[in-house]
Amino acid sequence: MVEVKDNLKAPEGPASDVEGIKERSDYLRGTLKEVMLDRISAGIPEDDNRLMKHHGSYLQDDRDVRAERQKQKLEPAYQFMLRVRLPGGVATPEQWLVMDELSEKYGNGTLKLTTRQTFQIHGILKWNMKSTIQGINQALMDTIAACGDVNRNVMSTSNPHQSEIHAEVYEWGKKLSDDLLPRTRAYHEIWLDEEKVAGTPDVEVEPMYGPLYLPRKFKIGMAIPPENDVDVFSQDLGYIAIVEDGKLVGFNVAIGGGMGMTHGDKNTYPQLAKVIGFCTPEQVYDVAEKVITIQRDYGNRSVRKYARFKYTVDRLGLENVKLELENRLGWQFEEAKPYSFDHNGDRYGWVKGLKGNWHFTLFVQGGRIADFDGYPLKTGLREIAKVHTGDFRLTANQNLIIGSVSKQKKKKITELLEKYGLTDGKHHSALRRSSIACVSLPTCGLAMAEAERYLPKLIDKIEDIVEENGLRDKEITIRMTGCPNGCARHALGEIGFIGKAPGKYNMYLGAAFDGSRLSKMYRENIGEEEILRELGSIIPRYAKERNDGEHFGDFVIRAGIIEATTDGTNFHA
Amino acid sequence: MQLQVMNSPFSQEQAELLNKILPTLTESQKVWLSGYLAAIQAAPATAVSESASVALSVEASKPISKEVTILFGSQTGNAQRLATKAGKTLESNGFQVTVSSMSDFKPNNLKKLQNLLIVASTHGEGEPPDNALSFHEFLHSKRAPKLDELNYAVLSLGDSSYEFFCQTGKEFDERLKELGGKSLTERVDCDLDYDEPAAEWIESVLAALGQAGTAASQAHAGAVVQVTPEESIYSRTNPFRAEVLENLNLNGRGSNKETRHLELSLEGSGLTYQPGDSLGIYPENDPELVENILAEMNWNADDQITINKQGEVRTLKDALLTNFEITVLTKPLVEQAAKLSVNQELQELVKPENAEKVREYIHGRDLLDLLRDFGPWTASSQEIVSILRKLPARLYSIASSYSANPEEVHLTIGAVRYDSHGRERKGVCSILTAERLQAGDTLPIFIQHNPNFKLPENSATPIIMVGPGTGVAPFRSFMQEREENGAEGKSWMFFGDQHFVTDFLYQTEWQNWLKDGVLTKMDVAFSRDTNEKVYVQHRMLEQSQELYAWLQEGAVVYICGDEKHMAHDVHQTLITIIEKEGSMGREEAEGYLATMQKEKRYQRDVY
Repeated sequence: MVEVKDNLKAPEGPASDVEGIKERSDYLRGTLKEVMLDRISAGIPEDDNRLMKHHGSYLQDDRDVRAERQKQKLEPAYQFMLRVRLPGGVATPEQWLVMDELSEKYGNGTLKLTTRQTFQIHGILKWNMKSTIQGINQALMDTIAACGDVNRNVMSTSNPHQSEIHAEVYEWGKKLSDDLLPRTRAYHEIWLDEEKVAGTPDVEVEPMYGPLYLPRKFKIGMAIPPENDVDVFSQDLGYIAIVEDGKLVGFNVAIGGGMGMTHGDKNTYPQLAKVIGFCTPEQVYDVAEKVITIQRDYGNRSVRKYARFKYTVDRLGLENVKLELENRLGWQFEEAKPYSFDHNGDRYGWVKGLKGNWHFTLFVQGGRIADFDGYPLKTGLREIAKVHTGDFRLTANQNLIIGSVSKQKKKKITELLEKYGLTDGKHHSALRRSSIACVSLPTCGLAMAEAERYLPKLIDKIEDIVEENGLRDKEITIRMTGCPNGCARHALGEIGFIGKAPGKYNMYLGAAFDGSRLSKMYRENIGEEEILRELGSIIPRYAKERNDGEHFGDFVIRAGIIEATTDGTNFHA
Repeated sequence: MQLQVMNSPFSQEQAELLNKILPTLTESQKVWLSGYLAAIQAAPATAVSESASVALSVEASKPISKEVTILFGSQTGNAQRLATKAGKTLESNGFQVTVSSMSDFKPNNLKKLQNLLIVASTHGEGEPPDNALSFHEFLHSKRAPKLDELNYAVLSLGDSSYEFFCQTGKEFDERLKELGGKSLTERVDCDLDYDEPAAEWIESVLAALGQAGTAASQAHAGAVVQVTPEESIYSRTNPFRAEVLENLNLNGRGSNKETRHLELSLEGSGLTYQPGDSLGIYPENDPELVENILAEMNWNADDQITINKQGEVRTLKDALLTNFEITVLTKPLVEQAAKLSVNQELQELVKPENAEKVREYIHGRDLLDLLRDFGPWTASSQEIVSILRKLPARLYSIASSYSANPEEVHLTIGAVRYDSHGRERKGVCSILTAERLQAGDTLPIFIQHNPNFKLPENSATPIIMVGPGTGVAPFRSFMQEREENGAEGKSWMFFGDQHFVTDFLYQTEWQNWLKDGVLTKMDVAFSRDTNEKVYVQHRMLEQSQELYAWLQEGAVVYICGDEKHMAHDVHQTLITIIEKEGSMGREEAEGYLATMQKEKRYQRDVY
């Protein structure tokens, strides 16, 4: 039994509507099975959609045609987004081919590589959902808990340099992802035709989560310094790999990060996770489980926008949470070990790994795998997948590593890369190669402004400024999200944008290049003209006045253009 | 408004008289008078001068001297309307008239009749209309009695662009003759433009009946007596110009189809309608096609052309745009055209032994093809235009309820486009609607009542509606009506089309009716969403048990839409369901459905 401390309390207040939906859902079943069969609408009721997230999917609609269809007496163009659980973003060539095929057969023909290292298929019609999910499961992947109030896809560094450490960390991450899965059989019954087993007591159904699951989503990431590609501080729970003498000795543990916020509510803010100590690899699961139960017990179940773990930590106090965690663990953390990050972006092109294998990092703009006019990206990757014997690694920056290519296969893969014109992106500016955009319009229901469809065009124009100032090869991270929920981790981009309204963005500056400092709002609600005017005056100054090796995010602070955000709690200050 | 010489076409004296009488008229007197005056104009010119006094006096003084039975077989209501019109004309001439649908007539009474008039349309590939089926079958069976005492006349309606033109009327005529009946007057086969020949047929019948020894007056009342005070002055022959309120495409982006939802204003027309009725539109031809014809023939667009027997004149271009059919070829047209050309190939084609070749030729071709293929033409534009059929009105099942949308009428029109013989072909009215008609424009329209497609009188009676594609139209009207009236009867809709996402016509309305309980059940079939093509009849079959239970509860079944495939398949499916769920033999099941049809529990509006 866990003893409730006086100083540790969940906020009071009536439970939010989603809590009620979960409570009535019989462990995430609801009426999903029935409503998926209804032929009169391609949508499902709101309550079931809330539950659907826990199965890895959201109901969306094509917002480009929403108004037009309403006039035409047609319901919104409902479709489902389906997100795979792909720990560490590692997929086999066979799995790649399955995703490729499913996206063609049931989706909108494209694949999205997400900022959490997984696949999304968009545009799936209700009646094709079951076939799609079954196809994914047959390829030994699933979509369980890819969204919803549970632990999400566990990220880990797609580090091509140190393949052995990468493989080891990946295994720990995968185990974590598997072990933290919900135990309910709802998913298997609804999508995989498993017979329902009658009458198991509640407490045994979800020993860790309980019948209400978590108050909000929960994210875990593992980074291998000096790479911080997973933005380990943006996670609810981050693990920083500590390597001594070429061996993985354990992880520094960081808690309480998260990117999302709500426009106009200063009680909401992006926050960075803080390092509280060191644990061994064998302790990784225990730590995660106990952190999750603390959030389960003390998180805010009344107001969802205050429900992320970062607010629980800030409300209870980092030290109190650490004490409670150690109390639940029954042991104390060792002191954190030294580490150092260089950057949070990707390194493109061919890299040789330790065992003589090669890795090719491909720049994928906006993470979108499609056949573009004159750039048959999807076809090229399909052809590569057919001959590839290594793996594919989806990076946290929406890029793709064609990994573990043997010396013998390298020639063939190179030929295919050339044949389809797939490159390391060196012909793009470093700015473009350091960009991330969330999906946003037209499918995301939360979007307030364009992101994936607009950022490339905006970069076209910023590139003019960059090139005039001789900064073509200077990496500056630039990130755009269509809403403040922060899928593109905007608050950790040296230049960040959050959508406010069509064509209008808040602009943020001052984040650290290695993901260790948040940005701050520089201008509110501005359009393209003003964005270009502002950058047109700041970028030339950076070109002229920067110190040797000084990153853009550090420069704007030193130059007094923006004040540093030292903690999420002063993000709005 | 005071009438004066300046603001009216009247003389000083007329204006004064009118100004004296007009303010004293009641509303209904005004309506009556306007209808009266309009009808005089609409009636054949010969009737105008005498009709006023004769029509009114005849009715009061003539004794009933002779019985006439008029039977109609009608699908869209035209034959029924003409039968009623003939009945009124005969009644006003002193006959005792019974007008009845063939399905309501007891065949055993046939032998007792002395005078029988038949008005029958032909449907599809020479088929009798639904409400003529059983009578037609009886008459052609061994049970049909000898009819030596019978005088009869047949008026048939049809469309000469079909192979079996007026087939049903011809069959009735031949069979009645075979059975010993004496023809009162020669059968008249009417093409789409039936008003004049039908009126002439009524005249001849009247004359023949008079000569047959009755005391009936030779005087004719024309159309005047039809106009009753409560009717609108607007009609098929005097169409109302209705303003377009809304014109939108119901199919979402990416659809293979385009289905227009058209809303028209009836404001000021006095026109009303019932769910199940149709709306007639007089469309205009495609200006591009007209231009191409003028160019092909090197004709002058401004040539003056006489367009009818009355001698009305239009420019050639206007006549081709608004008065004549130029998109369809008929066998009679090709035959007449042969007289105007010296082209050998055409002369060969119209030889009697080549009838099949003519049929092949006219399929999918239009006037432009004919003119291109068979020159040189020896005739003037006037001569060629004179052999064309009048541009017929297009009928559409009304998609709205009048009580739910007072002074409005809504239509659901499928845009017709296809390639044929190397050219894109366009439906006359549907493409006018899809490509040229804007809100604020007007269209000449009339209401075509359809007594054979009506909601049950008892609003508690369950209804089953099968309406894929544009067949959905009358059921939207049904639902609006039932919603408006708070009808408590159950209802079940079957809808189908190609794709769910883009082609679910009126989707949100159906969803709301389901939610509010106005609609009890709905099943949909989208044929191109799955590998296996699924149609409405498959959905019906899936639920055969429940569907049969509804039939047993007295449900009325309605089918609207494509005749050739859908209506036929649905019909067979209904028989299969009755056979299976009612544990009947095939023939028994067919009988069950035939009985439903007789009881008006199986109604179709198919095209």
